[in-house]
Amino acid sequence: MIGSRLLTELDIARLREQFPVLNQQVNGRDLVYLDNAATSQKPRAVINALVDYYTGYNANIHRGIHTLAEKATKTYEQTRETAKQFINAATTEEIIFTRGVTEGINLVASSYAKVFLTKGDEIIISGLEHHSNIVPWQLACGSNGASIKVIPVKDNGTLDIEAYKALLSNKTKLVAVNHASNSLGTINPVKEIIDLAHEVGAVVLIDGAQSGAHLPIDVQALDCDFYCLSAHKMYGPTGTGILYGKKALLEKMPPYHGGGEMIKEVSFEKTTYNDLPYKFEAGTPNIADVVAFHYAMTFILETGREVMAAHEHDLLVYATERISQLKGVKIYGTGAEKLSVVSFTVDGIHPFDIGQMLDARGIAVRTGHHCTQPLMDRFKIEGTVRASFAIYNTRKEVDQLVEALERVINFMK
Amino acid sequence: MSLNEVQDEIISEFSLLDGDMEMTVFYIMELGQKLKEMPETQKTEDNIVKGCQSKVWLTADLQNDKLYFEADSNTAITKGLVSLLVRIFNGQSADTILNADLYFMHKIGMERFIGTQRSNGFASMVKQMKLYALAFKTKIEAGK
Repeated sequence: MIGSRLLTELDIARLREQFPVLNQQVNGRDLVYLDNAATSQKPRAVINALVDYYTGYNANIHRGIHTLAEKATKTYEQTRETAKQFINAATTEEIIFTRGVTEGINLVASSYAKVFLTKGDEIIISGLEHHSNIVPWQLACGSNGASIKVIPVKDNGTLDIEAYKALLSNKTKLVAVNHASNSLGTINPVKEIIDLAHEVGAVVLIDGAQSGAHLPIDVQALDCDFYCLSAHKMYGPTGTGILYGKKALLEKMPPYHGGGEMIKEVSFEKTTYNDLPYKFEAGTPNIADVVAFHYAMTFILETGREVMAAHEHDLLVYATERISQLKGVKIYGTGAEKLSVVSFTVDGIHPFDIGQMLDARGIAVRTGHHCTQPLMDRFKIEGTVRASFAIYNTRKEVDQLVEALERVINFMK
Repeated sequence: MSLNEVQDEIISEFSLLDGDMEMTVFYIMELGQKLKEMPETQKTEDNIVKGCQSKVWLTADLQNDKLYFEADSNTAITKGLVSLLVRIFNGQSADTILNADLYFMHKIGMERFIGTQRSNGFASMVKQMKLYALAFKTKIEAGK
């Protein structure tokens, strides 16, 4: 629909019309929503899909023989097909619906790491990880005696790949890193990380929480073993996401949760499990949100990932240039490859105060440690202010942010 | 001034801001800047108020059976908010503090400009100040 060029103001204005939540005032001013790394807003197609499902064909899926159940099943499975194409998986059997990235990682930690790793084995994570890509591995290691090694972060917020190479050994059984950092925006060289891990025979999980809406994802080209996505950071609903896993691995893994849907036959003596992907989808799933997730991925594909990336990169460059000129500002995460995230501190002003003062002008940003406390410790800071952009943000909104920051800085001096 | 007279004074000051969120936030920070400096030696782990998202230090002293608080915070807005409590409670008796109904919070619309998390933190500060009042009351009564 839109060619591979920079979007015009008119293009953005039309896009924004699809997001009803953006059209409101907060504290007497037009809302400026710059907290997209936490969750993105939803286009009308996604909202309508939820309403249509509940008003038109709400039914439990897979076992019903009536018309509504058939329609619900078909639309639910349509999302699996879309997801398969979205990340270029080989088959829909490799697409497991989860509550989001956190559940995807916990599933792999529980059904893979806890089961197949033993004392002496090592898991490598990175210093850029969200708590959800740290704690599940700690839980797994707590029960199997394996240990965790951490790839250090360089001053510019990128990973020290030489140090990673040095950590790899025949003890390494699993590597888990994010595709891009939620706190700093750093895009990690995941292809290189995966290839190096495979050389020592380790499997690799990629946390795609931040990449889903912003980067092209091709799991076969990456050759990753697991890849996790959260719908709500991809213009989709909360409470659903995907775990991609290579079929051979998923087949040898035991189920994560027991219950309905995941079984083939149950007797009190023995239960046989359902085939992939249902083996990992116990209980009635989050049908409505999965159904709506299809429309979120379609929104991204139809808008065009390249178009989105170009617009968001333009905002990143513009915001970085303007924010870095402000007095006392330090930007964290200055690597060459970045998502549209600007994370910064201002001398002598606590991030909470900045966040609250921006909110007073209708500007939504995130402040604090962003669930990456080890990373904050690495930079010896309590937290940052993070502005994260999406396709519907504008240069004018960057100007509003900068103007509000100037007021805060002038007031505090 | 009585405790309620101080509250009424604060309510009337805030009413001049006419509900403008940005002015209100700036005003709260200004109040914090005016709060008497707390000596660095008092900013200890023991003096930290538990349950606040930001760091808040609080100490209390008894002079002529009246309480006097000192407070500080690492965030400017919280420091401004705690300064309101210090202003209301300083120079009051333990009983007055224990029985205080802090109606000013609702009247100035505090819930609008402090989120749920800060509300809980603010409640922790009030609780800690009342605990000091209770401790001093017990001490005074034991001394009689």
